[in-house]
Amino acid sequence: MLQTRSWIHAWLLLFPGLVFLIAFTHLPALTTLWSSFFTTPRGRRPAKWAGLENYETLIADPVFWKVLWNNAIYAAGTIPLSVVIALLMALWVNRQMVGRGFVRMAYFTPTVLPMIAVANIWMFFYTPGFGLIDQIGGAFGFAQTNILGSANSALWGVMVVTIWKEAGFFMIFYLAALQTIPTTLVEAARVEGAGSWTIFRRITLPLLMPTTLFVSINAVVNSFRMVDHIFILTGGGPDNASSLLLFYIYEVAFRFWDTAYAATLTVVLLVFLIVLAIGQFFLFDRKVHYR
Amino acid sequence: MSADRLLNTLGAWLLALVWILPLAYAVWTAIHPAAYEARFDLFAPLSLENFAKAWNAAPFGRYFLNTFVLVTVILFGQIVLCTLAAYAFARYQFPGRNVLFALVLMQLLIMPDILIVENYKAIRFLDLVDTIPAIALPYIASGFGIFLLRQTFMSVPKELEEAAQIEGMSTLGILIKVYMPLAIPTYLAYGLVSVSHHWNNFLWPLIITNSVETRPVTVGLSIFSAIDSGVEWSVINAATLMTSGPLLLAFLLFQRQFVQSFMRAGIK
Repeated sequence: MLQTRSWIHAWLLLFPGLVFLIAFTHLPALTTLWSSFFTTPRGRRPAKWAGLENYETLIADPVFWKVLWNNAIYAAGTIPLSVVIALLMALWVNRQMVGRGFVRMAYFTPTVLPMIAVANIWMFFYTPGFGLIDQIGGAFGFAQTNILGSANSALWGVMVVTIWKEAGFFMIFYLAALQTIPTTLVEAARVEGAGSWTIFRRITLPLLMPTTLFVSINAVVNSFRMVDHIFILTGGGPDNASSLLLFYIYEVAFRFWDTAYAATLTVVLLVFLIVLAIGQFFLFDRKVHYR
Repeated sequence: MSADRLLNTLGAWLLALVWILPLAYAVWTAIHPAAYEARFDLFAPLSLENFAKAWNAAPFGRYFLNTFVLVTVILFGQIVLCTLAAYAFARYQFPGRNVLFALVLMQLLIMPDILIVENYKAIRFLDLVDTIPAIALPYIASGFGIFLLRQTFMSVPKELEEAAQIEGMSTLGILIKVYMPLAIPTYLAYGLVSVSHHWNNFLWPLIITNSVETRPVTVGLSIFSAIDSGVEWSVINAATLMTSGPLLLAFLLFQRQFVQSFMRAGIK
């Protein structure tokens, strides 16, 4: 009797949160899958069962493959670099030095800025002829560049902004982890005659593995979510050269109003995230081995 | 040893200067007349004219008000819902607990940001398109918030709760008088992360709003800077700094708390 009452209490406490969680996360995830099997309703024509038609369109859609490839490059280019820079930053900021407060602030500030503001600032750098990059380049006699306007470099221009924004954020996690490493361990190694590099490689780096894993997973999720700067910097262009999956979903849904096809694209994105979730579960389940 | 130290300090400083350069440059152009936006002159006259121009060129006052209301509504809703749910997970045994907790954790990966199409349909169904609640609703129940608070609540000694029960306190009374005060540092950390996240959010507000009365600053800024003819860079930069100003200012004032709160929020 008492038990039933405590069950009811628990359910009542959970109820409001779960309603919102299900209404705006789980249910839409399921209806996305459902919608992907229908046509887009237009005017007075309601949605019709389409079977796998949307998926056939997807496989035949060159923009989809282009955008997927872009996202792969974006992830492969931004994740390792921002993680390595973050680790470097954390190691530096963790030691005593002149002006440590300023250095730490300089690294972390981009994290607090809205991505839209960040994109505006960088836009000014990238502007052909007028921007800082061309001004500095010009002083050394380099030709004018159009980084965001050319299909070969637009994505890279977007990636640089992402790294600038993310590295300082990841640094914080490394900094927290560094502070939990027992100093006795490092001192003991030093007594044994180990150099800084050996200590870093044999003690610090292995102890930071769980953090690296956590940060990397965060970075992968972000590589699917971060599109704000594309709106300002390139608008996905030229010729979809800098478009990413979520940006393409936005375009298909809210510019071309093809919601069924957008749902199909979202299913692809969800599949990626679910695979990631399962992978994460198994990785964390086995624990990262300390050696 | 000391050469090693010198090199490291030098490296750290060099990277810091590179990292701050974009922002420093934006500040430089914003506080100088437009004529200096591409020309460095240490003695260029300072002016706040760019800020005035930006402020008058778009309804930024309204945008700020919208954003302020938005982050307040979201934070308030999140605190209420996450506290209740976290308490249930931390202190009750009930059937379905693990399944429900898994549903909560799933939101850490599948965020509402990604489900824009279906969430737009849902908001349209509720007839709330272009309202501030519409921007807030998908984010009110935060899996991250529930998780973070549950961790904190679990570390509260059970004896405290038992003592309160003997005193005849109700379930909600215990939550409000015993658990919540002990979790204040977590609330603070979560609050900072939530406010900065929703102040900066862009994609969902862009989709769901289409009028001045509801638009937050990020969307307002993107519209402002998209007008490529006529607006000077120095004015755009002033608007950019203005938009991020309150957060930036808060960050500079409470740098330590900010960094620590991100650290706390990150440790899982």
